[in-house]
Amino acid sequence: MKQLMIGNEAVARGLYEGGLSLVSSYPGTPSTEITEFLALYDDIHSEWAPNEKVAAEVAFGASLGGVRAACAMKHVGLNVAADPLFTLSYTGVTGGLVICVADDPAMHSSQNEQDSRHYAIAAKVPMLEPADSAEALDFSRRAFDLSEQFDTPVLFRMCTRVSHSQSVVETGERRTVEAKPYVKNGAKYIMMPGNAKKRHPIVEERTKALAAYAENCPFNRVEMGDTDIGIITSGTCYQYVKEVLGDSVSVLKIGMPHPLPEQLFRDFAAKVKTLYVIEELDPVIETHCRNLGLDVIGKQLFSPIGEYSQATIAAAFGIEKKRTVSADSPIPVRPPMMCAGCPHRGIYYTLAKNKVAVLGDIGCYTLGAQPPLSAVDSTLCMGASISGVHGFNLARGEQAAARSVAVIGDSTFMHSGMTGLVNIAYNASNSTVIILDNSITGMTGHQQNPTTGYNIKGDPAAKVDLEALCRALGINRVRVVDPYDLAACDTALKEELAADEPSVIISRRPCVLLKSVKPQPPLTVSENKCRSCKRCATLGCPAISIKGGKAVIDATLCVGCEVCMQLCKFDAILKGGDRA
Amino acid sequence: MKTTGIMIVGVGGQGSLLASKLLGRLLLDEGHDVKVSEVHGMSQRGGSVVTYVRFGDRVYSPVITEGEADFIISFEKLEAARWASCLASDGRMIVNTQEIDPMPVLIGNAEYPADILDELAGKGMHIDTVDALSIASEAGTAKAVNIVLLARLAKHLDIPYEKWIDAIEKTVKPRFVAMNKKAFELGYLC
Repeated sequence: MKQLMIGNEAVARGLYEGGLSLVSSYPGTPSTEITEFLALYDDIHSEWAPNEKVAAEVAFGASLGGVRAACAMKHVGLNVAADPLFTLSYTGVTGGLVICVADDPAMHSSQNEQDSRHYAIAAKVPMLEPADSAEALDFSRRAFDLSEQFDTPVLFRMCTRVSHSQSVVETGERRTVEAKPYVKNGAKYIMMPGNAKKRHPIVEERTKALAAYAENCPFNRVEMGDTDIGIITSGTCYQYVKEVLGDSVSVLKIGMPHPLPEQLFRDFAAKVKTLYVIEELDPVIETHCRNLGLDVIGKQLFSPIGEYSQATIAAAFGIEKKRTVSADSPIPVRPPMMCAGCPHRGIYYTLAKNKVAVLGDIGCYTLGAQPPLSAVDSTLCMGASISGVHGFNLARGEQAAARSVAVIGDSTFMHSGMTGLVNIAYNASNSTVIILDNSITGMTGHQQNPTTGYNIKGDPAAKVDLEALCRALGINRVRVVDPYDLAACDTALKEELAADEPSVIISRRPCVLLKSVKPQPPLTVSENKCRSCKRCATLGCPAISIKGGKAVIDATLCVGCEVCMQLCKFDAILKGGDRA
Repeated sequence: MKTTGIMIVGVGGQGSLLASKLLGRLLLDEGHDVKVSEVHGMSQRGGSVVTYVRFGDRVYSPVITEGEADFIISFEKLEAARWASCLASDGRMIVNTQEIDPMPVLIGNAEYPADILDELAGKGMHIDTVDALSIASEAGTAKAVNIVLLARLAKHLDIPYEKWIDAIEKTVKPRFVAMNKKAFELGYLC
């Protein structure tokens, strides 16, 4: 039956049909739904791991144990999993192993737009790249066979536009794949120098064999049209090329961006007059062409920055722009922001008020950087808040340590904050760390994690005791505050900044979007009492606006957190149900 | 058949994903090739969001760029203006008259351009305005704004009324079906 699926669901379906037994992942936009959809199949073991390195290693162990395994992550997650990846290339696999990685050109939800194809080249492993959901299903279903045939992990590259676009797929049956018997094989799996030296030549030969396979594989194809223009393209760019140029050009469509074949490229180049390479981000295919001595037009015409579209192709080929109408009045921007009642707001207000330097981290709470709170000084990568604040304080001295904090979420702390905290304790850093424990992985759309007490299926699971953990890591001063209580937040911050040793403040309140959190009646503003001081508006709560100089609370958005009430000096903000 | 492009724009959390899901399924059942491109992740937190729906005999690109949208369905006035340049010269806007202040307006750094739709209409843009929130509330749930807006779109697409009702029954959770059918009926008739 034909149905619509987003690319990520299609990958999940393909892996399922291909005989997947186990998936272990850490969520990250735009990859998250691959694992969420896999978790719906009861005949697959699915789990959230605390980070991508752990996930990839779990998948490795399952492959070693003889079954087909996968993990999924966003592009920057592969940086975390790069350590196992590079040596997995040497060990190869027993059961097929697929590592899904989703790039985010245009950075819809990411801190950089790195191109994961470089990892395939650097780690010397094959990579597949679908252009829509039908290919995502087809390629992922075949990926395990490729992995086992060539004894290699397979990287499976998605991008935001393929991950989050629905297109038509037809599903098939799940293959039954028997687990392979376990046979101890140290020469293949114990990567100490003596063995690894013998594996490296095997890897080099494998890449040659894969390049030969790529000449005729089911992932690359030629679509001949007019031969004045030939275009080599891959992924979502293929769609834009076909949309604009149709059969007026010839296309070499690449579904396996590493390794790339030689003869297929040479033959295609020989058939067309002018050769273009159209690929988002870095010139990977273009570089291959240049290495073959082929004359191509690539990044001199197309940007290495951001996403393309049909408009990019049309502009490059001189097609006239469509007539458009737009408003002359300025359109105010609408950036994402912390929700009304978000528990992070109270802490960020306290940090902004106390004018401390905030080394931030990755999650919803990065939104504390937005005006009017503007309370974040840096955001680098998962875990960097804690390690970074230690270095920052060493650079700037004791005075700075009394005026700086690291801010990190519960899931990010599990991911890679713990090691930074050990470092703070071990190296006697007088740093203050705030863990924003909202009982969920928020920004990626509410995934469970080791601090929530539930697993990926929503079943009860072991729950990390954050206070005990921080103490065990060597921190003596650990305290918990309710971020809805501004006075308590202020006291805790001042005391811990003044303390002469490292400390952790756990700001604990569940995400307001969780179903288990019941909203309180919306607050109202007494127009008579409001003196137009706009103090409540400094919270940056989307439920509060200033209309005609007076504060107004939007009853459809307000969840009654009462943080603004604590700020109002004129008692103008009233509880739901109270009379003005 | 030429590919038709529909954009669904609004503010994160307004329910555009359900609208695109319903529309995608309906168009597929009608025998079209369909692509729907959605927004997930950070911008869903109250930010400006856009979903693209394209259908025809063979659809390649999942996105819509400047001057290409046959219809723009906007859940909010300011968002209609933000994406206006995507509308084709003979395209049509369907706009919910709701105003949601973005942060720069909330904190007093910018003005909400209240007459923005008049300005666009003055430039020749075809705009249907509808108070979808009131109509949805009349049907029993403010959340059915998306269904009211789809009903306005339905008047311009060559798909029988019953097929829309059928798609609502297939897409919406059973306990909300009656209210959403009512919302569709009210939106279609007004």
